[in-house]
Amino acid sequence: MGGFIPAGDIQQKKMLEESGYTTFEELLESIPDKYILKNDMDLPAPVSEMELTKEFKALADKNSASGAVSFLGAGSYDHFIPAAIDHVLLRSEFYTAYTPYQPEVSQGTLQAIFEYQTMIARLTGMEIANASMYDGATAAAEACLMAMRATRKNRILIAGSLNPRWLEVIRTYLTHDDFEIIDVPYMEDGTLDMDATAELCTDGTAGLLVAYPNYFGLIDNLEPISELVHSCGGLLIAAADPVALPLLRSPGNADVDIVVGEGQCMGIAQTYGGPYIGFMATEKKLARKMPGRMIGRTEDRAGQVGYVMTLQTREQHIRREKATSNICSNEALLALANTVYLSLLGDTGFREVSRQCFQKSHYLEKKLLEIPGVRRVFGDTPFFREFVLEFPISADRVCEKLLDDGILAGLPVRELGEGILMITATEKRTKEEMDSFVEKVALICKGAAE
Amino acid sequence: MHNIPEDVRYTKSHEWVKDLGNGEYKMGLTDYAADESGEILMVEAPIGDNFEKEESFGVLETVKTVADYYAPFDCSVVQFNAEIEDAPEIINEDPYGKGWIIIIHSDDISGFESLLTAKEYSTLIGE
Repeated sequence: MGGFIPAGDIQQKKMLEESGYTTFEELLESIPDKYILKNDMDLPAPVSEMELTKEFKALADKNSASGAVSFLGAGSYDHFIPAAIDHVLLRSEFYTAYTPYQPEVSQGTLQAIFEYQTMIARLTGMEIANASMYDGATAAAEACLMAMRATRKNRILIAGSLNPRWLEVIRTYLTHDDFEIIDVPYMEDGTLDMDATAELCTDGTAGLLVAYPNYFGLIDNLEPISELVHSCGGLLIAAADPVALPLLRSPGNADVDIVVGEGQCMGIAQTYGGPYIGFMATEKKLARKMPGRMIGRTEDRAGQVGYVMTLQTREQHIRREKATSNICSNEALLALANTVYLSLLGDTGFREVSRQCFQKSHYLEKKLLEIPGVRRVFGDTPFFREFVLEFPISADRVCEKLLDDGILAGLPVRELGEGILMITATEKRTKEEMDSFVEKVALICKGAAE
Repeated sequence: MHNIPEDVRYTKSHEWVKDLGNGEYKMGLTDYAADESGEILMVEAPIGDNFEKEESFGVLETVKTVADYYAPFDCSVVQFNAEIEDAPEIINEDPYGKGWIIIIHSDDISGFESLLTAKEYSTLIGE
């Protein structure tokens, strides 16, 4: 390993001499004795690369999820990823050192981001989009901050039907800001409680954040919500699932002010939770309140099209401590993955993915409801790709049993009850996989009943 | 030399304030500031109604930089000049006339009276 460590014995000795020390320990004098490690670390003996590869492979193979048939969603989805995406991502031209966005040398990178922004804006029905955010949850947190900036108010209403892990991120993210987060309850059918919303929408309300579809896969009607929020001068933030958008009324059409979301579902592997990518779109009038980078298309002196960073006056390198946000980067490589994914599928292909997710999840739900004792948790509320059922046995038990057969059954929603399971079917699930899943669940339920 | 009219008062942050009577005051950017900051690209309308002294009304964006423009004293917003939203360059062209930014209200005259006179402002900018 010596070759990888720049300071060997000789160099260390020289450095100590230069700085007037004779031993390394002298350098550590200012550190209290009890914090200094006296013995060697308790590590196994060095191994060869071949041995190490073998050991790590054995560890990696313990991850049974990699080959599993997944009905698990809850914010991260098993969609098909065309092989061409990785091939484009692996091109060295797109591999970046940190934000190399000088237009003189980065036209390709900037154009790719510009196309990404265009696609996100079209998908959400909004006027503009930024160059991407770190993930869906942080994009939602930034949208809350943006709403507070744009309204100079500090109360944010958050629908109780938002992914609870997102809520946790938002709370963490805003810890040191002067704000108030208010939980807006949802009704028995899983949609937002409009009476409660009307009561909570007061003068101090900066905005309301609602997921579209929500955490349980249920679809809220955004228009009356936006009317309510706007009536008290707040902004409506929708955390939209991009795969659902080709089938749903676009947020832009429902008068939403800020649309954020998670882009993992568009050509990015689940990889146990990251790296993911967030997106953010809004109206032109809020452009200067939007965090993050934005790429614009312009013309040079000779009239040729060129791409540049735009509205940089919002950003830290110009505005210093008064910057719109401390986000001064983006997830360029993953934004590229989204762009390539959407380009490969096209309007028709992406709509087909959306349609299949809708139909397959509805087929699966129907079949599961045929099992005696299984019932819907949220009644007839329309849902997309994901749904919540109550089983006559423990949801954890269903998951454990099915994992033995290499199936991820879904996510138990323990806060709603022991038998509650949230199940997802993407376009990747075949009829055979779904039928076999239903059969196995039916057997477990039957076994428990006897 | 820049234009420093005698009939208005000035702030250290380079705004001019004119007494319109009835507790209303018109405010804009001084000729010096408009000149120094270069072409003005955008003036943000104030969000909210009431502002404390030295609180930022909003942002002023120029080809060179961005800066805030500030409340000269505790006041409420009466009117924002809609014309500068579409054509902010009129601030550069006519800073004391058509390029005014905002009309504010305050019942307390002492805020206005504590502002700089033309002479004091002229000293401040070294002219």
